Amino acid sequence: MSVETVEPLLRVRGLTKHFPVRSGFRNRSVVRAVDGLDFDVRPGETLGLVGESGCGKTTTGRMLVRLLEPTAGSIEFAGRDITHAGRRELRPLRQDLQIIFQDPYASLNPRHTVGRIVAMPLQVNGTNPPGGIKARVQELLELVGLNPEHYNRYPHEFSGGQRQRIGIARALALRPKLIVADEPVSALDVSIQAQVVNLLRDLQRDLGLAFVFIAHDLAVVRHFCQRVAVMYLGKIVEIGDRDDIYERPQHPYTRALLSAIPDVTKLGPAGRIRLAGDVPTPLDPPSGCRFRTRCWKAQDICATEEPALVSRDGGNQAAACHFPERGPVEATPGGQPAAAPAGRGAEPAGQGAEPAGTGAGVEEVSR
Amino acid sequence: MSMSPVEGVALAEIDSGGGGADAPKEKGFVGRSPGQLAMLRLRRDRTAMVSGAMLVFFVLVGLAAPLIEALYGISPRDQFQAKLDGFGMPLGYAGGVSGDHFFGLEPNLGRDIFIRLVYGLRTSLLIAFAAAVITAVIGIALGALAGYLGGWLDAVINWITDLTLAMPFLIIALALTPTLTLRFYGERDAVSPAFGVGVLIAVFAIFGWTGTARLVRGQVIALREREFVEAAKASGAGLAHMLFRQLLPNIWAPILVSFSLAVPQFITSEAALSFIGVGLTEETPSFGRMIYQSLDYLQTDPAFVFFPGITIFALVFAFNLFGDALRDALDPKSSR
Repeated sequence: MSVETVEPLLRVRGLTKHFPVRSGFRNRSVVRAVDGLDFDVRPGETLGLVGESGCGKTTTGRMLVRLLEPTAGSIEFAGRDITHAGRRELRPLRQDLQIIFQDPYASLNPRHTVGRIVAMPLQVNGTNPPGGIKARVQELLELVGLNPEHYNRYPHEFSGGQRQRIGIARALALRPKLIVADEPVSALDVSIQAQVVNLLRDLQRDLGLAFVFIAHDLAVVRHFCQRVAVMYLGKIVEIGDRDDIYERPQHPYTRALLSAIPDVTKLGPAGRIRLAGDVPTPLDPPSGCRFRTRCWKAQDICATEEPALVSRDGGNQAAACHFPERGPVEATPGGQPAAAPAGRGAEPAGQGAEPAGTGAGVEEVSR
Repeated sequence: MSMSPVEGVALAEIDSGGGGADAPKEKGFVGRSPGQLAMLRLRRDRTAMVSGAMLVFFVLVGLAAPLIEALYGISPRDQFQAKLDGFGMPLGYAGGVSGDHFFGLEPNLGRDIFIRLVYGLRTSLLIAFAAAVITAVIGIALGALAGYLGGWLDAVINWITDLTLAMPFLIIALALTPTLTLRFYGERDAVSPAFGVGVLIAVFAIFGWTGTARLVRGQVIALREREFVEAAKASGAGLAHMLFRQLLPNIWAPILVSFSLAVPQFITSEAALSFIGVGLTEETPSFGRMIYQSLDYLQTDPAFVFFPGITIFALVFAFNLFGDALRDALDPKSSR
């Protein structure tokens, strides 16, 4: 994917996480939460990881900071394989690799003062910053827009947005190079979301941080990320630069996802690609392309052959689809509504109405 | 109170009863830890204050027993046969209550009930507190390790817990105490009072830790998946930091409550064991033993039953009330 000469900070290859599930007496099966991810993150770059709930975004994030042990595949950070590194080996790398959590109400220890929370990474790693830990903590609090005087207060005295800032300060304490942000704003009010996202963007610019930004809010990702990877059922279905993904999505799923962004300027169902049915269970994902059960373009080959994540036009954009879409979102290929009933013979009921609507006005999807 | 209006509103609830006992004078922010908030709530709870004062009184009396003995001028082993009638019953009203003997005399032996109660309180509190501390330490250690590490260690510790719970406490206590005593002392040797106390504490420790272990294990499992624990893990924290800095500070509340409710339980258990005769030796003053002896005189000298009975009732009642108040203060959201 990356043709650039810059050495990637994070290189992920074939990253897989299977959770064993015991059903019945001796019947063991696995949930394929994440099934073979490949992606790179270059220094200072923000990669957005989007997808609906249950597609493995969070699992991926946890594996990157080694809170979960990968089943297979490799994670290389700054040229070192950290896939199965122990705590001692990880220690020097911990400083460069931090995580911001989703729920600001659960991610701060209620019994610790803000000062202790932010100082925790420093103390755990035995780091003694110049000027002392307290000075560093106050500097961090100031950096994230909090009053350094709040040093001695407790998390329950702060609002959600302020708490998330504390979490960000904690992640910044060790001066990391890469931060995995696991839905950092989805638990916040919309007005606060913008503040926090802008804070993250300022920090990214000022400190040269790289981000893996996990989110389901496509608008936030578009605002924040340079590159975007779209996940579906444990796999990356499309990855590319932000503008390519948002304006010229190649994978049908990406199109459907983008069309689901609510747009108050145009009410009504016009232009929305409504996917029928549910996401298949990761216990037994569909053969071939995992999206085929809900894809309006699916053909026989989709069931037999798994599409590779390859770049079509030699650019940075890669989609895992046998029949990639072409052109910008505005100009939806006219064949789409017609192809829908034919290609999807498996579940015709209850969907007949949608393709017509789909074809009618997809143009409103992109702003 | 020099607080910003917002602060004032937020803390109005707390300050209404606090009466300005707090409030650092410097302008700005008053950070209150959850523990401080619980303390404030506890201080406003009248039941907690009354029962707490009673507990402090009992503990002080227990601690100051030799001092009280010196002031009172009677030792728990002194016998006043001269103040008993021909049937061994104390002379005077209500079991011989007089200016010299506040709670009267024991029938037959003629020992002073008041000073024996003071020393019995000492014995009971010592046994109950020692047993509660030991069981809490064992329970916290095993429960936290089982809950946090999980896997085979959890399985083994759970198995041991189940095994301990399956053992009949009373039968083992009945069998173990005399056997142990015989093992260390000969048939006729005088058993030292300290040994009896030690055996009782050991028996309680062996059986008492399971509740705390299960409680702590459950709490740790619930906390283990919380994001602040994962944040510490992601920063590379070791086992000791995780347990002592991240997890345990969050479960002191239930541990404290279970501790304060375990103490009265051990007091009654000690009394019960002494009552059925496997507890302490004759010369150690103890509530259970006194009640046991007094039952023979239930009709002839009810005062002998009354004084130890009412004392143990007051002690256990105060502990239970305080434990409940503590729970309310630490976890105001829990329903009763």
